[in-house]
Amino acid sequence: MHNGTELAVSDLNAWYGESHILHGMQFDVKKGEVVTLLGRNGAGKTTTMKAVMGMIPNRKGSVKFGSDELIQLPSNKIAKMGLAFCPEERGIFSSLNVYENLTLPPVVKGGGMSLEEIYQIFPNLKERLKSQGTKLSGGEQQMLAIGRILRTGATLLLLDEPTEGLAPVIVQQIGAMIRLLKEKGYTILLVEQNFRFASTVADRHYIVEHGKVVDMIANDQIATSTKKLETYLGV
Amino acid sequence: MLFELIGIPPQALFGQLLLGLINGAFYAMMSLGLAVIFGLLNVINFTHGAQYMMGAFAAWMLLEWAGIPYWGALVLAPIIVGVTGIVMEKLLLKRLYHLDHLYGLLLTFGLALMIEGFFRKQFGSSGLPYSNPLPGGTRLSFMFLPNYRAWIVVASLVICFGTWFMIERTKLGSYLRAATERPDLVQAFGINVPRMITLTYGFGVGLAALAGVLAAPAYNVSPLMGSNLIIIVFAVVVIGGMGSILGAIITGFGLGIIEGLTKVFYPEASNTVIFIVMAIVLMVKPAGLFGTPK
Repeated sequence: MHNGTELAVSDLNAWYGESHILHGMQFDVKKGEVVTLLGRNGAGKTTTMKAVMGMIPNRKGSVKFGSDELIQLPSNKIAKMGLAFCPEERGIFSSLNVYENLTLPPVVKGGGMSLEEIYQIFPNLKERLKSQGTKLSGGEQQMLAIGRILRTGATLLLLDEPTEGLAPVIVQQIGAMIRLLKEKGYTILLVEQNFRFASTVADRHYIVEHGKVVDMIANDQIATSTKKLETYLGV
Repeated sequence: MLFELIGIPPQALFGQLLLGLINGAFYAMMSLGLAVIFGLLNVINFTHGAQYMMGAFAAWMLLEWAGIPYWGALVLAPIIVGVTGIVMEKLLLKRLYHLDHLYGLLLTFGLALMIEGFFRKQFGSSGLPYSNPLPGGTRLSFMFLPNYRAWIVVASLVICFGTWFMIERTKLGSYLRAATERPDLVQAFGINVPRMITLTYGFGVGLAALAGVLAAPAYNVSPLMGSNLIIIVFAVVVIGGMGSILGAIITGFGLGIIEGLTKVFYPEASNTVIFIVMAIVLMVKPAGLFGTPK
């Protein structure tokens, strides 16, 4: 899988109980790329991430990570292959302090960042290690949620709306951090509602509607595709 | 002297305080296991009393049938009974996690009745003696302290503190606390949550069995010893707040002492005082003293 495809999703279907959410999602992410899933609320972006991560029991199709098929694996095995998920609601544990939150995900592979490197990127965290995780500000919680998956050695990061509800200055910091992670060689799949933000970090964008990919726009064409995007996203 | 003033002989007061402390030790160990199990499994483990009884019987069987003394049983019985808990979780309980609490409660209640019925049929309901491994005692200036009773208090404090430490202060405990909040996310970090749930149930059950072994020399080993205790323990859990580790320990010891004091000052109420406290706590703090409202 040298400079090849890191993640290949094809004909991915997923159900929550009786409701059929994903109708044959199809997309891929190349090694070292930052790719976004754009779309309206309820289009199936978060569900796609959870289905890739194995967090939705009822799913069919194919999710290939390098040459390994993930669709049958439970989520703990998927994590061990080197995928890591940062949920939209951040998932900071209130009964754990910041340090415990940061060190909770087990290291799955060599090559992850050390705590010192993570503190360099997120200096705020180092000062609050003994605080209860949920006592941090929204921005700090987001940094903690991302920071904790950088330690594990995962090479493919699934970030679900990391900028949601954050102040513009924090959004800029998150953007700078994503570009830094890309420089360090991480592959990133990003769910976003805000395509202006997405266009500052991503290589390519997939448009998701009704549980399906309906279009793909390379980031260098985004200027010429604004009209199209606005129709898709209804902004 | 103060004691003469309130008209209670110090012997009686301290004697009842010690009994209260011992009852409290059992309430604390039992509600601790229930709290750990409920936190992660969302199951109200009504089999807990039967598993406590199984611990006492396991100690009795180890002694009578295999000649293994009390101190060996203290280690072996919780492991044996814990393994039966693991089997029960794998075969039955895990099928209920996606359903309402009520189903877990009904299943474990039914199992408790079956287990108790089986032991009653095999061993009768009058109880079997288990000899005291620490006979004798110490005469203190204000009371006589039997060695075994002192041991129960010390052992239960060590067990409670050890469990609290493991859950609140270790890496393993941080997995447990996190999985109590968001099992799906913890599993997506690469932790085998289903296995953790199984082991946690086994641990909680082992804790009940350990309490049972401690109880064997102090009370008779009898098939109904658990069902007598479990009703009070559930009241303790309601007062402390379901799912709080420290709450379970403090409330357990506290209520044991309150019960003991009631026996001194107003014996008529000693069987009901815990339930009166429960009613008052529910009126003031419906989630329990240490619980967080959901």
